[in-house]
Amino acid sequence: MTDPIRPALLDVDHLKVSFATDRGRVTAINDVSFRIDDGEFVAIVGESGSGKTVSLLSILGLTDRRTTFVEGTAAFRGRPILGLPDRELRRIRGKQIAFIPQDPLTALTPVHTIGWQIVEQIRTHETVSKEAAKKRAIELLDEVGLPNPAAAFGRYPHQLSGGMRQRAVIAMALSCNPALLVADEPTTALDVTVQAQVLDLLKRLRRDHGSAIILITHDMGVVAEVADRVMVMYAGRVIERGTAREIFAAPEHPYTWGLMASIPPVEGPRPHRLPSIPGTPPTPANIPPGCAFAPRCAHRFAPCAGLPPALSASGHDAFCFLDDNARAAGRAALFAAPETAA
Amino acid sequence: MTDATSPSETPAAAGTATGRPQSPFRRAMVKLWYDRAAMIAASVLVAIVITCLLAPVYAKYVSGTDPFRSSLSAKIMIDGKRVPVMAPSTEGLGLGVTPIGPTFGAKYMLGADTQGRDVAARLLYGGRNSLLIAGAATLVCLFFATLIGVTSGFFGGATDVVLSRFLDVLWAFPVYLLAISLSIILIAQGLTIGPFTIESGSLLLPIGIIGVIYVPYVARPVRGQVIALKRSEFVLASIGLGIPRWRILFFDILPNVTTTLIVFVPLMMALNIVTESALSFLSIGVQPPDASWGTIIQEGQGLLYNRPMVSVAPGIAIVITVLALNILGDGVRDAFDPRSKLRPR
Repeated sequence: MTDPIRPALLDVDHLKVSFATDRGRVTAINDVSFRIDDGEFVAIVGESGSGKTVSLLSILGLTDRRTTFVEGTAAFRGRPILGLPDRELRRIRGKQIAFIPQDPLTALTPVHTIGWQIVEQIRTHETVSKEAAKKRAIELLDEVGLPNPAAAFGRYPHQLSGGMRQRAVIAMALSCNPALLVADEPTTALDVTVQAQVLDLLKRLRRDHGSAIILITHDMGVVAEVADRVMVMYAGRVIERGTAREIFAAPEHPYTWGLMASIPPVEGPRPHRLPSIPGTPPTPANIPPGCAFAPRCAHRFAPCAGLPPALSASGHDAFCFLDDNARAAGRAALFAAPETAA
Repeated sequence: MTDATSPSETPAAAGTATGRPQSPFRRAMVKLWYDRAAMIAASVLVAIVITCLLAPVYAKYVSGTDPFRSSLSAKIMIDGKRVPVMAPSTEGLGLGVTPIGPTFGAKYMLGADTQGRDVAARLLYGGRNSLLIAGAATLVCLFFATLIGVTSGFFGGATDVVLSRFLDVLWAFPVYLLAISLSIILIAQGLTIGPFTIESGSLLLPIGIIGVIYVPYVARPVRGQVIALKRSEFVLASIGLGIPRWRILFFDILPNVTTTLIVFVPLMMALNIVTESALSFLSIGVQPPDASWGTIIQEGQGLLYNRPMVSVAPGIAIVITVLALNILGDGVRDAFDPRSKLRPR
């Protein structure tokens, strides 16, 4: 996977993000490392507050610099991007790394037409005439599957439905053919049928444009649908990492077992009640020392008070003290009787 | 919300009835157009403004008197009799003169004031000044409030601290106290800024004073809104897409603040008319021989028992204008900013 000559598209190393709060510094992201290669579709999964969004926003420099401290390194094509001045960051953002924000319903300025906003984005990064930019914008709107793109060009956001707005936002993100597309829960605000369409669209874009995609989500169904690789985050750390196939076939971390158990089974008897993980995830201010999941974990034992060994550099691994046998046993319990797991 | 790709979704169905792109501004204007109370108020205002603009015409062709020159010995014809404008007093000790009361004819329709000037004509001239000052002060106020509010909200940090504290200082003064202190100093001496001198009788002084004292009342909400906008998803998205900061300021944030400003216009106008009248009533607004509704009320003070119309007429004019502005303001707010709870004062 690691090519010594060609650097990874995005290489994040020991990322640590902390916020200045009333009660002192609070670490929201701790020791997160990952790399993404061209054309990969990576999903970051986790509960609300697990640090999915913050880690990516901080890599893109979208956090407030006065209150947020970002440590570690992040390199885009071998070039460090953390702490770059705004002027240089702007040339990367939008042109090479595009960001699709969480809520398409509020991601568009209400006072300008869709077309105006896409043209602005194109003309910010490329010197093209207004007419050429307009033509491109209409092509993009067509590409993301908006019916009647020429008319949509002149529409204001309030005149479009949620799904259409999300498509317009995606069109905007695509306008400069970015090498990396970061989508922050792009389907959360949409209803299920539209969700499926947007996911299909993302997959198609990866195929047609060759962009790598990072998808932030808390929906395991979405992950199974689209991702090549998966990172599971909990309390600001990556606790399990592997290909989607590995994660779904052989999850190793008790937290991931819990996530899996909470997906309704497609076959077999319907469980009376879907199992859930007891307790709530810790807020960044009171993450316990040692394994952050230990207080909620059914498999905890003495060593959990300390920090588990770091994830291996590549391959499928979990941030957990359980040895292979214990992991296999826990997994077996999960797959044997989903009703009683976790 | 319809399904984005359903074949039945024609542009006409997705868009407006006319199929025309509907900007938020146009939509608000349409909504305002169908607000009956606001439209009645607007018509009343238009009527008042046109009438006041026609003041010179009225003075020249209808009343035929010069509203700025005293005419103590003039006589006019009423019902075929010649009646003096200033009749010797018949009451009490018979001292002094009493100006003619309302004739409800072309000349001295609302009577004369202590100088024998036609109150109706002065009312119109005064209205011109009152409306001009209120309108211009509103513009001054909104301009500075936007400048301060947007700068302080957008740049934050030390800029915000300095500007916010400046607004606090301004706000700490009771409005009228500040206005009165400024007026007393400026109207006595005039104002010299570099090569420009504003004379003490100039209307620019009350305009500037009234404009400045209300700046914090508008700048605060504007600042708050800019801060909220700065954290909105679409600004985050713009930054994430590499749009430069100045473009975000001028194309994302400012246009979104304009609705707030539009909402403030009628409400500030109403407030300013009242403030102007109050200052003029205290002789620190419009200076004689110019008139405004406030000065006319003041001039009528001494005649309150015999000729109350001199004070009452401009009073009624103020009430009607302010009422209409407030009703229009409510309508404008409903149309432009339906969710906000924003209200000056």
